[in-house]
Amino acid sequence: MSAGTATKAGRPHAAWALPGVLFFTFFAVAPMALAFYLSFTQWNGLGDPEPVGLANWRKLIDDPRLTQSLTVTVLLTLVSWAFQTVVSLLLGVWAAGRQRNRAILSAVFFVPFLLSSTAISLLFYALLDPNFGIIQQDTLGSTSGAFLAIVFVGGWQFIPFHTLIYQGGARQIPDVLYQAAAIDGAGRYRRFFSITLPQLRNTATTSSVLMIVGSLTYFETVLILTQGGPGTDTAILPYLMYEAGFKSYDFGYASAVASFLVVAATALSLVMVRLTGFGAMRSAREGM
Amino acid sequence: MSHDTLPRPVKTGEPPAKPPARRRRGHWSRRANPLAGLGAVIWLAVVLVPIYAMISASLTRQDQALGNNALKPPADPTLDNYNTVLHNGFGHFLANTAIVAAAVVAIVLVLCVPLAHVAVRTRNAWSGSAFRLFLLGVAIPAQAVVVPLYLMIAKLNLYDSLLAVVLPTAAFAMPVSVLILTGTLRDISEDLYEAMALDGASPTRMLFQLVVPLAKGGISTVVIYSALQAWNGFLFPLIFTQSDGPRVLTLGLFNYVSQFGVNIPALLASVVLSGVPIFAVYLVARRALVGGLMGVGGK
Repeated sequence: MSAGTATKAGRPHAAWALPGVLFFTFFAVAPMALAFYLSFTQWNGLGDPEPVGLANWRKLIDDPRLTQSLTVTVLLTLVSWAFQTVVSLLLGVWAAGRQRNRAILSAVFFVPFLLSSTAISLLFYALLDPNFGIIQQDTLGSTSGAFLAIVFVGGWQFIPFHTLIYQGGARQIPDVLYQAAAIDGAGRYRRFFSITLPQLRNTATTSSVLMIVGSLTYFETVLILTQGGPGTDTAILPYLMYEAGFKSYDFGYASAVASFLVVAATALSLVMVRLTGFGAMRSAREGM
Repeated sequence: MSHDTLPRPVKTGEPPAKPPARRRRGHWSRRANPLAGLGAVIWLAVVLVPIYAMISASLTRQDQALGNNALKPPADPTLDNYNTVLHNGFGHFLANTAIVAAAVVAIVLVLCVPLAHVAVRTRNAWSGSAFRLFLLGVAIPAQAVVVPLYLMIAKLNLYDSLLAVVLPTAAFAMPVSVLILTGTLRDISEDLYEAMALDGASPTRMLFQLVVPLAKGGISTVVIYSALQAWNGFLFPLIFTQSDGPRVLTLGLFNYVSQFGVNIPALLASVVLSGVPIFAVYLVARRALVGGLMGVGGK
């Protein structure tokens, strides 16, 4: 593969990319800038936003809900990440084997992913109902119960997807490594810790990044399961934004919270580009 | 340098003796791992118990539901709950979701395939920064831009229409789609472009006769991914629509909560029904669906 830029035949005109770039800029990038602008205004959804300087940001810094919300968001992200990574790593490595029952079980394991987040949240809303549910106590009424319910429901939905990612990663580990280890007399667990885990490093990075970015948006689950409650104990940042904007009609304040989210997300995506080498413009392995 | 005459091109990095290797792998991995088996069975229960409880509860008569544990099978199974749901706009919501999904897929493909093609085939500052724009876009949470989008949608007079759902959903499906497509297009050999150029093919013809056919895998992944985004979408419909006309399925489900109140069996019947269409797709096209999603993670 020579670089051969000069010989590149039939290059498409750069203008082909323009419609996509413009569309994306208009509906995704410009709104980010607009969110930042709106955070310096007051707007109740009717009429036009009016500039109010730093008022929203001052309010945000003084708001005890922000600190609480940040704590909950970070905690929820970390606990979800740990839960989902451990389970999907183990299931994925196990499912990478080729026996028949594994194929059938993997197909069953995937089923939760077929329901939308809304449907899944409603399902567990019903199954956790104190009068009707599986566990007949007020799980969602207690702080730790509500928190763990969100973690569990998020995992129930997304572990199938991450299992698939780990399964793909595990299948790409060259057999020859295991053969060498077997010849050296390494046992099953030794092989897992010395070969499988290190070889899945890149897969784990990709999966973790998707999990972390994804858990920033556990919005449906929180809205349907707990409405941020009990009290404000599970009000993650996106939910705080939603309440400020679409329940209290304080869109300026909601935009300040949203700007906060943009900064967090941009930082995350920069880390992601670094860690996963997405930006390296290299040919990725095909055919999983 | 043709390999045609060689019996077998030897790739570096591949184990030289494949057949004995396979047998050996079989030898050491056939011994049962009871701990792993136990873990798999536990997870099977975690997956199946809620699904069983959902289906069984959806068949329970409403007057028998309260105080009944969801794990108990219905004493007197009934399809009434399904009837209730189907008479409360379910078909309409489902049709709206299908329209949104089709429109989102179409927009994403029309915009992203040429874009990815340019990103892979040209090397200048321009295409580089366009590509980076989408890289950064991967992590933008929809929640962060929903207030300004609300303002924009209102100003464009799109509020409470399907288009108000379609346009932002398509935009937010683009970053990952571009990543998937550039990943696939990079694997198309330069020789093929040169051969077509020698035949005097225009860039447009190359796109349709070379790039699109060879990127079929990546394109179907993008179709699946963006259709799922539309299928799952909740926030944009919640905030950009209001009336029953443009209401999609996720929002229809959400509204059943207030509509059915404590009628949990009907609520669960609606959840079951919402899963049926995609479950049908899964049964028919499991390989494509699962393979495609593996692609999302693999890139």
